[in-house]
Amino acid sequence: MTASTEIDLQSFVLLRLGERRFALSALQIAELVAPSRVFRFPHNTKELEGVILRRGRIVPVCDISERLVGRKLSSRRFYLIATRKYDAGTDWVALPVTGECELITAEMTPPGSSDSPHVAGWIAHDGDVIEVLSLDALTPGPTAKNTPARPGAAPEFAHEVRP
Amino acid sequence: MQAPASSRPGPKAEQIILFRVSGALLAISSASVQEVRSVESLAGISQELPQSAVRKARHAVRRGDRPFYVVNGALHFGLPPAPSSLVFVLRNTRTALLVDGIEKMTSITRLQALSHAFCHEERRWYRGLTSLDQIVVPVVNPDGFLSFEEQTLLDEAFAALNAARAVKTMGDEAPA
Repeated sequence: MTASTEIDLQSFVLLRLGERRFALSALQIAELVAPSRVFRFPHNTKELEGVILRRGRIVPVCDISERLVGRKLSSRRFYLIATRKYDAGTDWVALPVTGECELITAEMTPPGSSDSPHVAGWIAHDGDVIEVLSLDALTPGPTAKNTPARPGAAPEFAHEVRP
Repeated sequence: MQAPASSRPGPKAEQIILFRVSGALLAISSASVQEVRSVESLAGISQELPQSAVRKARHAVRRGDRPFYVVNGALHFGLPPAPSSLVFVLRNTRTALLVDGIEKMTSITRLQALSHAFCHEERRWYRGLTSLDQIVVPVVNPDGFLSFEEQTLLDEAFAALNAARAVKTMGDEAPA
């Protein structure tokens, strides 16, 4: 009888922010697109710089580099469009990245107790140990504290509303 | 064989006004705007509220039983101050909104709810976002300019102003 070890391989997309690489679960990725015009309008969610228009959908742009590498990106080559889960549903969010992205398969090690909340786990690839990111911790979203009640507002799950 | 004619109605259009506040392009449903006035036309009928605790609203206009309050759009949206030329008196609210000017009137057939990533006051400010000629424009919520608490504060400032005026008038009319 031989003992077998089960290896739980998952797919990840590697993204580049400056000199560093990070990973996101491939299940969260919608597409990789060329940079397009960012539309800016008044709002108070500082983490968001505006929105882009992608295939008729309006997608918020969130530069996560400042939190991860300590500075905003001076140049961006692509937007990695990822799906972000909220209590009320899922939305797309566009993450500016500085280089090509790569799809890989790896085994994820769970995060340690001392890891930052944005670390969903760790993978080893090409001799590097790479952080797997938690979008929930990196991108803004509603909390009981910061969501003002809006009387008569459409239900939060209504993604598209008819005029 | 001929395909049956579709009985599904087309998307319903909504008339909107595109306007600017401190240069920012915004939209509002035409149905929400009761009246468009020039700023000059308000000069003679508005009352300054020196005791207003709501920085963005410093003037009131009495209309019928209750006043409406003139909201500076630039201060409301946290934009740099800019000269306003028009005022939108908003229907079914007690708000008159100071704006730079009207860009144009048009119609939309689609309004996308604000992404959940936007999680602060903007959720109250906007009904959603729309795209017009490949440009994204937020559609403002007419109820989002003054909260109930802000209206209460303004009502108090308005009442205090009128009480002070009444006392002054009585003093002026009293025999010497």
